[in-house]
Amino acid sequence: MAQSAGGQVVSREGTGQIHENTRGSKAVKLLLIGLSVVFLVIMLVLPLITVITESLKKGFAEYAASVTDEDTKSAVQLTLQATVFAVVINTVFGLCAAWAVTRFHFRGKKLLVTLIDLPVTVSPIIAGLIYVLTFGRQSAIFPFLEEHGLEVVYAVPGIILATVFVTFPFISRELIPVLETIGTDEEEAAAMMGAGGFTIFRRITFPHIRWALLYGVVLCAARAMGEFGAVSVLSGHLRGKTVTLPLHVEILFGDNKFMPAFAVSSILVVFAVIILIVRSVVEYIGRVKKNVH
Amino acid sequence: MKKKVRIIPGFGLTMGVTLAILSIVVLIPLASLVVFTAKLSFSDILEVITRKRVLASFRVSLLTAFIASAVNAVMGVVLAWVLVRYDFPFKRLLDGLIELPFALPTAVAGISLTSLYADTGFMGKLFARFGIRIAYTRLGIIIALIFIGIPFVVRTVQPVLEKLDPLYEEAAGILGASRGQIFRRVILPELRPAIFTGFGLAFGRCLGEYGSVVFIAGNKPFETEITPLMIMSELQEYDYSSATAIALVMLAAAFLILFLVNLIQIRNAKILKGGH
Repeated sequence: MAQSAGGQVVSREGTGQIHENTRGSKAVKLLLIGLSVVFLVIMLVLPLITVITESLKKGFAEYAASVTDEDTKSAVQLTLQATVFAVVINTVFGLCAAWAVTRFHFRGKKLLVTLIDLPVTVSPIIAGLIYVLTFGRQSAIFPFLEEHGLEVVYAVPGIILATVFVTFPFISRELIPVLETIGTDEEEAAAMMGAGGFTIFRRITFPHIRWALLYGVVLCAARAMGEFGAVSVLSGHLRGKTVTLPLHVEILFGDNKFMPAFAVSSILVVFAVIILIVRSVVEYIGRVKKNVH
Repeated sequence: MKKKVRIIPGFGLTMGVTLAILSIVVLIPLASLVVFTAKLSFSDILEVITRKRVLASFRVSLLTAFIASAVNAVMGVVLAWVLVRYDFPFKRLLDGLIELPFALPTAVAGISLTSLYADTGFMGKLFARFGIRIAYTRLGIIIALIFIGIPFVVRTVQPVLEKLDPLYEEAAGILGASRGQIFRRVILPELRPAIFTGFGLAFGRCLGEYGSVVFIAGNKPFETEITPLMIMSELQEYDYSSATAIALVMLAAAFLILFLVNLIQIRNAKILKGGH
């Protein structure tokens, strides 16, 4: 806030006539805003609108039929299952990792942070490949898995693992900077006065990281629902069994069933829009809180 | 040596959980990649990655990712500038929209862009009039990658621009610099590390991108086949050795980019801290 107000105040009081080409700057302003709006409308808004118009092309009845189709229902179920696993595991991990990294000094901290970030830097296809190598037929632990009837590759556990992998750092990455900025003074004071670890976390740390955590969860859920590449490698595309929503979209589109493909996509679009709204709200609340400080 | 006393509890628990989950999700799978790679001979790897079709896929991937990230670098600066410096109606909506590529599943983006830019689609028809085909050509890949990379440069440049003190620009203005000069000589040097960071992140993401590209690319060998798709097709033929060999090249590229981005980011952090 301060910086934008500051600039205008300076130019309005006294030094305002320095830019004799302020009118030129108004043209530049309109040009840049126009360029931005056109770019975002073509690149982002049009694709969104396309999903909606294409999915309703043959009327609402057809749309409803594709959305409530048996294959779609099982895809929704599997997608939700993988998303819940990813969010729960990564939340537990994110909280623990952020606490360990920001509250203590230890050797290899940099390496740990790098390893946590690693999953998002590799291509989703490579993520899938790594899990195929770990749990697939040629793996050293495959006989063990087979003996215990555990199927990972081309089965639901593989899909869940891949989803956890591609969203791995999403929550810890939101928490670490917040925990770093608030420092450890309050927590140290509480510990000196005899508060236990969980009490400190619940009463002191958690109120600080609430919004960052929510944002991380939202990001994680968004990516988990939409993951395509890694899941595609591990799925085997068994209809009704290992097909998530994005894979279902791919199959329908590949079969030239365009309208149903877009209808199923519209489910994911709804989620995406909800996520954008939550993000804006969380960010807004964060900013308001910062200004109150 | 000062001995640190840990006042805050929970080191054992949080570190234990962190390492346990990290091992299962990241370390063990990564180790299996290393083990599998060790079984391959160097000449086999070399044979795979110098196949004409694979080399062509490297070229397609690098070229399209580079062009798309360059476009995003320019548009990212424009968008960040507009969002930070100007006030206009629906600005918050525009700001929120930037994140769409993160929120929208890549497969959905892929099919949507494909039908938009196909010859019968809304945008495709427009370009077809000038004899330009977008879907099923490299142009289509670039469009999909631009979509994917939009948030990166905007989100790295925005915070730097917000912290940039307008006093310097005022000073330059008082000293008689034109707006173009102010931008080139005062603002751009401050933004440069952030732009390169965003470019690097977008470039890395674009190289590995699969979902949004496979639909619009058409996947013609030598023409519009990207490297992740090469890995995918090797996997579908259960040729894990070839898949791994190509993946190693991609991993090397990804780490190189990450390393460079980290170098730049260290400098960027200095600017962010000192800019206040």
